[in-house]
Amino acid sequence: MKKTVLIWLALGLAGFVLLPWHMTDDGLLDPSWITDGVAATGLFGTLAGQWWLAPAGLALVIAMILQLTVAEPVKRAKLTLSASIAGLFFMAMQGLIIVRAGPRFFEGLLTGDVIMAGQAGMGAGAGICAVALLFAATISLSQSGKGQGDAFVVSTIGLIIALVGIFVFFPVIHILVRAFEVEGGYSLTEFFPRLFSADIWGLGCLIGPRSCGVAINSLFLGVMAGLGTTILGLTFALIFTRTDFRAKKFLRILTVLPIITPPFVIGLALILLFGRAGTVTEFFADMLGWEKTRWVYGFWGVYFAQLLSFTPIAFLVLIGVVQGVSPSMEEASQTLDADRWQTFRFVSLPLMRPGLANAFLLGFIESIADFGNPLVLGSGYEVLSTEIFFAIVGSVADPAKAAILAIALLSLTMSAFIAQRLWLGKKSYATITGKADSGQNAALNPVLKGFCYAIALPWAALTLIVYSMIIFGSFVKLWGYNHSFTFDHYIRAFGVDFANWRLTGVAWDSYFTTLTISSIAAPLTAIVGLATAYLLVRQKFVGKDAFEFSTMLSFAIPGTVIGVSYIMAFNFPPIELTGTSIILIIVFVFRNMPVGVRGGIAAMSQLDKSLDEASITLGANSFTTVRRVILPLMGPAILAALTYSFVRAITSVSAVIFLVSAKHNMATAFIVGRVENGEFGLAIAYSAVLIVTMLAAILLMQLLVGTRRLRRTDRVQQAAKPA
Amino acid sequence: MTDTQTGSVRFEGVVKKYGDVTALKKLDLAIEPGRLVTLLGPSGCGKTTTLRLIAGLEMATEGKIFIGGENVTHLTATYRKVSMVFQSYALFPHMSVRENVAYGLTVKSVPKAEANERAEQGLELVGLAGFGDRLPSELSGGQQQRVAVARAIVLEPEVLLLDEPLSNLDAKLRRHVREEIRQIQQRLGLTAVYVTHDQEEAMAVSDNIIVMNNAEIAQIGTPADLYEAPSSAFIADFIGDANLLACDVEKSTEGVATAVLDGQRYTVPSPGIAKGAAQMVLRPHALNLGAPGQPGLKGEVTYAAYLGKEIQYTVQTDVGSLFIIAPVQADPFKQGDSVSVGIVEDHARIVAA
Repeated sequence: MKKTVLIWLALGLAGFVLLPWHMTDDGLLDPSWITDGVAATGLFGTLAGQWWLAPAGLALVIAMILQLTVAEPVKRAKLTLSASIAGLFFMAMQGLIIVRAGPRFFEGLLTGDVIMAGQAGMGAGAGICAVALLFAATISLSQSGKGQGDAFVVSTIGLIIALVGIFVFFPVIHILVRAFEVEGGYSLTEFFPRLFSADIWGLGCLIGPRSCGVAINSLFLGVMAGLGTTILGLTFALIFTRTDFRAKKFLRILTVLPIITPPFVIGLALILLFGRAGTVTEFFADMLGWEKTRWVYGFWGVYFAQLLSFTPIAFLVLIGVVQGVSPSMEEASQTLDADRWQTFRFVSLPLMRPGLANAFLLGFIESIADFGNPLVLGSGYEVLSTEIFFAIVGSVADPAKAAILAIALLSLTMSAFIAQRLWLGKKSYATITGKADSGQNAALNPVLKGFCYAIALPWAALTLIVYSMIIFGSFVKLWGYNHSFTFDHYIRAFGVDFANWRLTGVAWDSYFTTLTISSIAAPLTAIVGLATAYLLVRQKFVGKDAFEFSTMLSFAIPGTVIGVSYIMAFNFPPIELTGTSIILIIVFVFRNMPVGVRGGIAAMSQLDKSLDEASITLGANSFTTVRRVILPLMGPAILAALTYSFVRAITSVSAVIFLVSAKHNMATAFIVGRVENGEFGLAIAYSAVLIVTMLAAILLMQLLVGTRRLRRTDRVQQAAKPA
Repeated sequence: MTDTQTGSVRFEGVVKKYGDVTALKKLDLAIEPGRLVTLLGPSGCGKTTTLRLIAGLEMATEGKIFIGGENVTHLTATYRKVSMVFQSYALFPHMSVRENVAYGLTVKSVPKAEANERAEQGLELVGLAGFGDRLPSELSGGQQQRVAVARAIVLEPEVLLLDEPLSNLDAKLRRHVREEIRQIQQRLGLTAVYVTHDQEEAMAVSDNIIVMNNAEIAQIGTPADLYEAPSSAFIADFIGDANLLACDVEKSTEGVATAVLDGQRYTVPSPGIAKGAAQMVLRPHALNLGAPGQPGLKGEVTYAAYLGKEIQYTVQTDVGSLFIIAPVQADPFKQGDSVSVGIVEDHARIVAA
């Protein structure tokens, strides 16, 4: 252990002495910083007057001396821990206080030209110092006599807390701070009137002609969407599990669609169908002489699009819930002479209640966090997520307003998220037990079955039409006016000049950026997610509940809020990332992390804990146990996490749209730009290509997972439960 | 003290709490090297917690733990020289039998050839030579169990821990495997700590039994001690069958007590019993059935079961219902017969009420 700490400390010291402390404009691999006038490493910076860099280096040196001189292990660990924590603390303080030129805290104390000139964001040297100090601290903590210590576990916990702290909490705190900002300072008295202004929470639409506040709009839309998707999802789930409906496979496909559909594509298709020049609108105008209206650009359009987008999610949740009602309960009811309707009404439905509430809350959160559909369709209906966007990129940029709106949105999603965890967490009627349940679920009674069919089948047909529109729309010249067949949109987007081997299409740049960034983000997401899942399922430590809550938190933070918070937090030192591709990768990792965590938890819960314990009692440490026992048994979960985070990175738009730059543009942001210019054909063609790309990725995964899973489950079950 | 020797285990005032729940109250314990000691008790009594504390899978809330004289209180399982056989065997399903057995050696960077050779020896020891290339799932339950034992002993642990190792086996196999485990333990001179809730199994394999109840030790002793001289009503009831009858101790001198039961005096060997209300422990074999009128307790047979080698009776008497086992005789009593129940004083014991 002493050796490991020393290696980290040496590495940190090397970073302090040899690498540029601050971010350089040329990138890390460009050696020009060495020859540039100012020697920019931590050490030389300190010598050149930037004395505030010294504590980090000093802490590293002191920790090293402690490691080499103190003989008693527990004392050595405790002292090293203190030194490393102090180093980290001073590093963070100098980073937060000594920023670019301009106002800062403790201005009276900190004077002098060098300080006033400020410093750039932290770079490679600072990063390595921080990591070294962090690991020196965590390894020491594990050695400091608490007894629970495993260096690998403590270090992983420390790393994840640090990452979540920097990339989830730090930006969100920035929003809070920004919201209090008024000209020339901060004010609490200004904050509350602004947060509770009528623009946001007004109820004018209920009592008069005035419109409601944006938050009320969002809330109303969210409740309606939650209810709608839950009812639709339930009818689909009932058809799927309780009837002999033939095309169940088709229903299954429905569950995959929202995963691979960029969030504004449904909205686009609805415009093509129901917009002023839409097919359906034209049809009714011609046949019945109805007036062409713009109804689709407003509440109903957004609501419709959200129902189409989120019903499959509700279906996915509810299918588990409906299947979770134990057949023997229903059989018991029937043997007690209840008919099928009574059985459903008095047994099955009450058992599903927590699941229904869960589906509702999910639909609610998805709806108010939705950015793509309101952006495309909501011109007549203002909601929080898009208003935040316009407050940042609109003609009058107003970051303070954006921050206020973000807080309003965050408080809505957080309330739903906390309600879900507190209220539903403890309440589960799931009646699946370890015992084999050989009974059969009761079939639906004829009236209910007819009702379900009457709702679900037209809806499924509509979904089908919407998706065929997407394909069809990409092949016509100008939707609504000129329906002649053309490849123009594809050629414009993905054209290749074969004579010169040049990619002439306008979409290639963003397409490749998207694929590259998604492929980098996916494995990182999987690693962070699975490591977190491992800690949550397999380790006991102080503050585990808070740890779990904070890692799942980013699920409840809407993409728009993340996007705004990132540009507010990472546009300035100490961490300056805007305009880079790194920020895109980071935003994907921390937005999609909960997905990896959940997948990992599910997979890990199925592995018998005594496998870990066996490995540990045989003398393996946690790291070896993870590498040689857990990972080999988790293949499918890893693949699923990889694919899912890859696909979600491709479809994500809300957070990304704030963070893209001319150099690093993403597909979704590019498409939104085309939509805003009215180039629907191109936008749809590009969307179709994205959908095909993701479909290929998912199919590939299913193929790999399908074959792996068979082998794994046989083996585990036979080993864990011998006859 | 023997605790400086390899393989001894010593607990000094060990307390284990999970939040507010106390899983183990101030436990003091010493296990001598080379012995097989069983932790026995009803579920939730703290026996598995004790085992996991020895393994280092749980950390003591208070107190100290020594293995082989070394203070290991703050060492995690990885760094303790103990290995464990799990109830579910916990064989790694993705590794072959040989890889499983060699695992503990390879993670300690023993060269692969040597690790494999020692694994092979381990397999031979448990009678599974030649099974090395199979997957655990291709073995029967008993074979998997023996692989788990081989995997634990190739590391030459100071202490071998067994957590209900037989509970997944069927009754006949269980007897066979427990004999094997005992033989291997004796042959290698290993210190072993064995957890079970099955008192017959405990008596069959152990040098010493530690009976636990309500998060503390109820009694420590050899199987014979526990059966013949239980220290409490709980032990008497838990180890084997026993009839417990309330009695009154009149006199207690030199290990012999005189007690009054149903108006009659009995002289029973019971060291250290105080005067006053107590309980008499009567094993089913320590009671004789006789025709009515003979000396003893008067009663009526309410149930009689013929089991081939013996007959089990339930007899209702004035002091309660008694469970009696009698050898098969020519003219057994029938349900409804009046009988008298004689007490064999030498086989009775008195415990505190």
